[in-house]
Amino acid sequence: MNAPSRYPTEPLKLWKKAKELREQYYRNYASAKEKGGLRWSGSAWALDAIPTAFGDDVYSLTGEPYAATVSHDRKLAKECMDTAEAYGFARDLCSYMRIYWGSMHLNKYAFGGEFPKPDFIFQSQICCSHSKWYQHVAKVEQVPQFYLDVGVGPFRDLTKDRIDYVANQLHDAIAFIEKVTGRRCDDERLIHAIKNEMRSTSRWADICALNKAVPAPLDEKTMYSLYVLATLHKSSSWCADFYDELYEEVKDRVARGIAAVPNERCRVMSDTQPPWAFLKIFRYLETYGAVSIGSLYTFGLEGIWEDKPDGSWGGRTLPWEAGVELKDRDTALRLYADWNLSKPQWQHFYDPRLKTDMMRRIVKEWQVDGVMLHLNRGCEGLSLGIMENRRGLASDGIPVMTFEGNMGDEREFDEVRTQARVDAFMEQLGLRKVAA
Amino acid sequence: MITAGIDVGSRSVKVVLVEDAKVEGAPQLKYLVRGKHLMFPGDLDADVAAEKAFTDALGAAGIDRGQVSVIFATGAGRKMVKFAKDSVTEMSAGAKGVSFFFPTARTIVDVGAEEGRGIKTDGTGRATDFAGNEKCAAGAGSFAEAMSRALQLSLKEFGEASLRSEKSIPMNAQCTVFAESEVVSLIHSSTPKEDIAKAVLDAVASRVCAMVRRVGIENDVVLIGGMVHNAGFVQSLKAAMDVGEIKLPEMPEYVSALGCALLAAEGVH
Repeated sequence: MNAPSRYPTEPLKLWKKAKELREQYYRNYASAKEKGGLRWSGSAWALDAIPTAFGDDVYSLTGEPYAATVSHDRKLAKECMDTAEAYGFARDLCSYMRIYWGSMHLNKYAFGGEFPKPDFIFQSQICCSHSKWYQHVAKVEQVPQFYLDVGVGPFRDLTKDRIDYVANQLHDAIAFIEKVTGRRCDDERLIHAIKNEMRSTSRWADICALNKAVPAPLDEKTMYSLYVLATLHKSSSWCADFYDELYEEVKDRVARGIAAVPNERCRVMSDTQPPWAFLKIFRYLETYGAVSIGSLYTFGLEGIWEDKPDGSWGGRTLPWEAGVELKDRDTALRLYADWNLSKPQWQHFYDPRLKTDMMRRIVKEWQVDGVMLHLNRGCEGLSLGIMENRRGLASDGIPVMTFEGNMGDEREFDEVRTQARVDAFMEQLGLRKVAA
Repeated sequence: MITAGIDVGSRSVKVVLVEDAKVEGAPQLKYLVRGKHLMFPGDLDADVAAEKAFTDALGAAGIDRGQVSVIFATGAGRKMVKFAKDSVTEMSAGAKGVSFFFPTARTIVDVGAEEGRGIKTDGTGRATDFAGNEKCAAGAGSFAEAMSRALQLSLKEFGEASLRSEKSIPMNAQCTVFAESEVVSLIHSSTPKEDIAKAVLDAVASRVCAMVRRVGIENDVVLIGGMVHNAGFVQSLKAAMDVGEIKLPEMPEYVSALGCALLAAEGVH
């Protein structure tokens, strides 16, 4: 591990396009009314093909990536959280939720102007904060709300009844949107949107799987700016098409041995959302020649995976490629429910051991030398069971370090202390700094 | 060859000079060790404090600066010691220092002023896993210090008072500020000082123990850091960890500085 290695590197060609698509998404939401369009808000985990079926002029604001964006602006993030706290909300609640609420109460949109009011709320419910988040938004903005309960148990225990339970709610969701918008659901458009989401999420998993290569073609800090598109609008054509393009570029990088970190000599993985205002911690890793190849979070928050015939983990096969057609609304909704319920990042809500097992396979298949667990005090959902994960990995002899922080609230992150932790972890892995 | 290890902690600077005695055998035969301890000066200038501590240590040992081949630094302020050739973390330094006294050590508990930490070691003087307290001071020496002040006892009296108590009063607070208010409540309910002292040290030991359990507890267990001098804490920790014996080195607050000097001597980076 100590022998320095040098690999060629080059910027990602699609980097600029990814940034532009993201900017466009937020501008579209703000200007939706100028075009006679609709706006809805909900989580990045909302099954967004449903509202997408109601027209190309239906725009969303997904709360988590929006709050993560605000977190980069430490001054605005603090202003938002102070506002939410002044409103009476406790400081230990989800920091994304507090930032979103603060932005709404301040009536200040991170991309300029007033905070755009949604026409309706469309939200999935698996994390304990999600429903309460948008219940408050709906109350303040006085807009109708719909919640989709997807907490039916782990995917390995999926039954027909459980799929029915979610699929039936998707039928109800369509009826709800028809009622509150006065528009009719276009089934052809619905099926197209579901197919787009399946393409986006499977392809993102394929891209992550390419990072098994040594040297890694992508580092996690870069991946954050790429996976985010799926958290914005995964059922859109632009998102699915972008990931197809990105897949080809990353495949080419692997073929040519292009590294994200040219001095890669150690591979780590992280867990949960990072402290967004301090992504430089990933650059600090690079001074040791360490690259973070990703995490269950980056891979499985939106990526949809399956076991391949050779036992490896890769993007889930698209139904129509396996001979299953999405021929009508009910078939499409049932397949859509099944697809989402297999989301890796939903499994740990039922048992931390399911997450530990997935982390173990990442360690093995991605040739990870050590694991950095972010004890994220800003997200109870994704931090749930994280010390059980630590115990499971450590019992396998996998080096693990933990550091405390908060994805959105910088008051809970100590940069110097975290760097000291990284120093100790790198020493544990037998590494010394290789670059200033 | 003489090397130096400088441990810049949050409250004090510790300097250890080691000289290769050119004798083969156990580390304690191989190296001559001289130490110097300096409480942190008021201006919080770590580099100046380290320089002063180092100069004092050289003077006390009768060694010229030019005789010291390599200087390594460790501790929270290690990066501020500009005259050190390199730095190592407290985990590596602690593990190395403990191996000097107790080669059979597998679990190290290090409780200094600011931080408590658990270190797993493999018998070669290398840290193989670690866990530390985060921003909370309730698992560290500064917590015990604050509580002794609340009871108007010196640290020594505080530890000794705890040993005289056989009661077990649970303290819920995990934060120095809230714990102090609990101590005040206990004082107002006429709870004897020794029982309060034990309650506080049991609480610190419980926090430290929970942290050490993250890396696993395996014999031999060694406690280092300033809290070794608090006999009440040692007893509370032994009970919390449920181990028959906790080994205590002769110079507990110098162990990391010693490890640092040994790493400098061995050229192990």
